[in-house]
Amino acid sequence: MNAIVRVEDLSKQYSIGARATNYDTLRDSIVQTMRAPLNRLRGRNGRRDSETIWALKSVNFKIEPGEVVGIIGRNGAGKSTLLKLLSRITEPTRGRIELYGRVGSLLEVGTGFHPELAGRENIYLNGAILGMRRTEIARKFDEIVAFAEVEKFIDTPVKHFSSGMYMRLAFAVAAHLEPEILLVDEVLAVGDGRFQRKCLDKMKDVGRQGRTVLFVSHNMPAITRLCPRTILLDEGGVVCDGKSSDVVSAYLRSGLGTTAIRTWPDLKKAPGNEIVRLCAVRVCTEDHVVADAFDIRKPIGIEMEYEVLQPGHVLVPNYHFYNQDGVCAFVASETSAEWAGRARPVGRYISTAWVPGNFLSEGTLIVGAAISTMNPVLVHFYERDAVAFQVIDSMDGDSARGEYAGAVPGVVRPKLQWGSRMISSVRPPETAEVGRGAQ
Amino acid sequence: MDISRIDSSASLTSTPETTAREVLLGNPPSVSSNLPKEPLVLIEPNHAWSAISFSELWSFRELLYFLTWRDIKVRYKQTELGIAWAILQPLLAMLVFTLFFGRLAGVPSDNLPYPVFAYAGLLAWTFFANAITTSGNSLINSTHLITKVYFPRVIIPSAAIAAGLVDFAIAFGIMLVLMAYYRVALTWNILMFPLIVMLITLLALGMGMWLSALNVKYRDVRFALPFLVQLWMFVSPVIYPTSFLPAKFRWLLSLNPMTGLIEGYRSSLLGLPFNWTSLAASAGITLILLIYSSYAFRRMERSFADII
Repeated sequence: MNAIVRVEDLSKQYSIGARATNYDTLRDSIVQTMRAPLNRLRGRNGRRDSETIWALKSVNFKIEPGEVVGIIGRNGAGKSTLLKLLSRITEPTRGRIELYGRVGSLLEVGTGFHPELAGRENIYLNGAILGMRRTEIARKFDEIVAFAEVEKFIDTPVKHFSSGMYMRLAFAVAAHLEPEILLVDEVLAVGDGRFQRKCLDKMKDVGRQGRTVLFVSHNMPAITRLCPRTILLDEGGVVCDGKSSDVVSAYLRSGLGTTAIRTWPDLKKAPGNEIVRLCAVRVCTEDHVVADAFDIRKPIGIEMEYEVLQPGHVLVPNYHFYNQDGVCAFVASETSAEWAGRARPVGRYISTAWVPGNFLSEGTLIVGAAISTMNPVLVHFYERDAVAFQVIDSMDGDSARGEYAGAVPGVVRPKLQWGSRMISSVRPPETAEVGRGAQ
Repeated sequence: MDISRIDSSASLTSTPETTAREVLLGNPPSVSSNLPKEPLVLIEPNHAWSAISFSELWSFRELLYFLTWRDIKVRYKQTELGIAWAILQPLLAMLVFTLFFGRLAGVPSDNLPYPVFAYAGLLAWTFFANAITTSGNSLINSTHLITKVYFPRVIIPSAAIAAGLVDFAIAFGIMLVLMAYYRVALTWNILMFPLIVMLITLLALGMGMWLSALNVKYRDVRFALPFLVQLWMFVSPVIYPTSFLPAKFRWLLSLNPMTGLIEGYRSSLLGLPFNWTSLAASAGITLILLIYSSYAFRRMERSFADII
């Protein structure tokens, strides 16, 4: 089959100098221009090589029509640059991209939304910016409004929208784009959980309709659920390209991505709000030593360090456990009697939850950390993919897998209380009698 | 693209209803197996000077419409007087200039009532000045669009100018009222009016494209622009006629493309004789500037997203 996206030797160089100062002054430019011929005589460019970085270097891949491909990598790996090149926002320094279909890019939802304009007007404006025809927008208008669930407010300026409504409307427009190749960057991190699920479903539909999708995300569960294939980028190059669950766990194992410890040294930039901010999340052993691989039989401690900045709030720390296939294993909220219904004074806290040994299945576990207030529900922060760790079943025979050496399915692998007793030494003539005999 | 091929591929992936709909609208859904032989889009580094692609611009015409519409809508949304500002600006300027230049300084006005003379000039000038100021700043005010979506960037300064044209049309109503009041009759000269307004628009577009692109790289432009516009007004025959200057300096004035355009604009509207040489010179300069700017814009356009 022919590729719909063909990327060859794609490279993008940024000059750090220009990026740091952002824009030149006229004077610098004049000096530069005067020096340029001199530098050319000396056989070098106006800007030295040390002042440039390759955001992408010699990237090659092909995508076939209908493929849904995830792109992962840590910050600065080149993911966004790749999407910007594919969507023609910026030009490559070297190499080429061939696109055999119309491209729609969603590098952000709500691009061009104007706060003064009503919801209705913004749908048209945003649609046009994303490349939709006016007739196309008119045709999908009702569907978009219904999807966003903002029917009542459609003639209200969006500056009066709650942030949730704003994001829902913005995503609804984007979700109704119908290009042959769709580029999506991290836009699913919007709205509440229910709406996120709706968006994920919509994305799945897009894939099912046979459209080609490139999906950049840090949300490993979403990646594995939506994309059969994933490309891992690091330092501007393709490190890994293959089946999503393999690539994701390779990424997590390599230490490129989420690790067993995450800290936010700058409180101002840490996840959270004016009530509470996250300082660190750690995965640790019984001895409080940070570790990223655990024997399936050993308990696993998840620690969250945070600073309460405002008194008078009942805070409930909670953890969300996902496996590498993006399946939520379980969610755990603090249930200690000490803090139940009790507001926390200002200060620094560590909340630890212990996952018992012989409970989780082997593989990669990704943990999201959150602090919420219940009644009414308010999420102060939710740091998805905060930390990750491996559970290893060493096959010593005393774990739940027993003597069986093959792959064991399941999100959890608890070692249950088992008991068997013999109730008769002779084989009964009819099975029906077994029931009677057991009573 | 071959419609029949799209049709067959569409039927594999969509319901019959959407197939018919999308083929009718020329909006094919997924192309599952029949890809075009040549890439629809080829992205490569390009350092050469290249012309603006008019076919691409045409395909984005609706975006130009929506951005213009947004500019107008937003500009007057939070103002108490709304669209009346389009009229007030040249009108108040005219009153001030009539008082100081017409009455007190006794500046001549080609035998026309000074208010009519000045308002005509100010109307054209206000349009031009606002157009180059808003379009000159339009790109740096649209950072969020430039870094997130692709479309021909020239649409941004163009939309700013198109929005100015709407203001111009509104303020023109007062022009007609003034002419009726002072009994200045329209003549056949008015036939030249659309052409001259078009030339002013093109000159504004040429300046706007060039300044906006330059502004992305050199933020000095933002500060220089209001000053430049002010100076430019005084070297253009907006509130005085060209005949106000000594004959030996008049040629200097015609280096300014706005000279011929404002004169021509006034001639076409108020029935004065045309100065064809000056008009031709202005038209020539306008076209040269427009062509230069469009190439310069294309060249600088490539790096907008990286440096803005």
